[in-house]
Amino acid sequence: MIAYSFTIEAVQVLILLFAAPAFAGWVKTVKCRMQGRTYAGVFQPYRDIARLFAKEVILAENASWIFRVTPYIIFGVTVMIGGIIPLISTDLPFASTADVIALVMLFAIIRFFTALAGMDIGTAFGGMGSSREMTIASLAEPAMLMAIFTVSLASRSTSLTEMVQVIGQGEFILRPSLAFALLAFIMVHLTETGRVPVDNPATHLELTMIHEAMILEYSGRHLALIEWASMMKLFIFSTLGIAVFCPWGIAPSGDFVAILVAFVLLAAKLAVLGVILVLIETGLAKMRLFRLTEYLGSAFLLATLGMLSYFILE
Amino acid sequence: MPTSFAAQINSVMAALILLTAFGLLTQRRILGLLNLFAWQGLFLGVSTAIVGYVTGVHHLFISSILTLTLKVVLLPWILYALIRKLNIKKEIETLVNIPGTMLIGIALVIFSYHLTAPVTQLSTLVTKSTLAVALATVMLGLLMMVTRHHAVTQIIGFLAMENGLFFAATSATYGMPMVVELGVALDLLIAAFIFGIFFFHISTTFDSLDVEQMGKLKEGD
Repeated sequence: MIAYSFTIEAVQVLILLFAAPAFAGWVKTVKCRMQGRTYAGVFQPYRDIARLFAKEVILAENASWIFRVTPYIIFGVTVMIGGIIPLISTDLPFASTADVIALVMLFAIIRFFTALAGMDIGTAFGGMGSSREMTIASLAEPAMLMAIFTVSLASRSTSLTEMVQVIGQGEFILRPSLAFALLAFIMVHLTETGRVPVDNPATHLELTMIHEAMILEYSGRHLALIEWASMMKLFIFSTLGIAVFCPWGIAPSGDFVAILVAFVLLAAKLAVLGVILVLIETGLAKMRLFRLTEYLGSAFLLATLGMLSYFILE
Repeated sequence: MPTSFAAQINSVMAALILLTAFGLLTQRRILGLLNLFAWQGLFLGVSTAIVGYVTGVHHLFISSILTLTLKVVLLPWILYALIRKLNIKKEIETLVNIPGTMLIGIALVIFSYHLTAPVTQLSTLVTKSTLAVALATVMLGLLMMVTRHHAVTQIIGFLAMENGLFFAATSATYGMPMVVELGVALDLLIAAFIFGIFFFHISTTFDSLDVEQMGKLKEGD
């Protein structure tokens, strides 16, 4: 039985590793289609990663060990997070090591090292990107935690697998608190994965970019790892949203057919989510940097309202 | 429709009313404010109709229809016509910045939850849990009147307060007597006309609807 659940754990991590670029490619394809541009197909991110791995690494002269170690830390922590989130089954031996709060902290580790690496080389853009990233993070993290606390209140646990089981298999109740938390989570999702109203993932205009500015100096396999990790981050945030707010179909434990069904359902949910993401990105314009405090302030407000309405209305 | 499900829908409506109240606090554009106000009226009307259906108090249907015609159609339309006529376009300035206002708003919601908690424990009605939201809507409307210094925005804040009071009446006692509700509705309509006349005078005298300008009215020192 233990071997069985470890197999599922391994399958999950493999899904994360190899489906994440496809999901990123799907989002890009839909986006291009919607904006009337030609597109390279769903599998382009795989080719990008392969190309970057084949290239040599060029290091700046004054790069310290932090700069060299960061890509591996980012990649490793991202894969670790992937082991905690129930993608297709709640039968995860690894999930008991970390709850949702630890999950947020793991994201903070990634952010911390990316920001350090951005400043390590000493270019102006790296520092600017790091400073922006930390500003935004300090506003996004409370909103994220509040949204998650609201869901934890409703499911009476901070463990992700518990939350999935309680919400997915319990009686269906209309909960305004979860709706608020979902809205807040979507806003934080767009922020954390650097999507349009906050950051533009496709930008190469130095003055507006945030995430891209920090990793400007990376090349070769380092860049490949970072790019792959940020695709996985998009995948993880999307599946986290699915696991917390739409967990129906995630297999409880031990049932092989249920896991196959869960896999198909996951693909369908992700496809729909990708389209929604693109609709949001196409419908909105990138926000002015100084308006972000208001944007993330409202995310925090929504999450707090969710928590309050749990106490008031439920 | 079973009572528990209706209560759930009613609390969703309450949540939406609270959300629009916060939307009114944070919205900068005046047309956006009008839209949000109309939405708040719509949620209020639907919530009243649901409570009327569940409890069998039929005069609530009449007040629901009254709310829908008055607060969703008529008042926003009158205000819209006024805005068109007075040619107000610019974004509204706030006294406190918007994140600050949001935090004060959250504090007000917690405060009204504490205030209504004893009442909620004693009440046996289906709608008892929405009382805190109703009080919070009143307070948020008041906060909006305090933090904005544009006459039209203050009026919308006032009308949002009235929405809150109406919601409080529905959730605390299944609505006020019909005569009172009709009277309030008529008052609101008349008030809207009087506001219109006042707006007109303020804007012709000061060339703006910013109530800060009223400070000029005091005698020189």
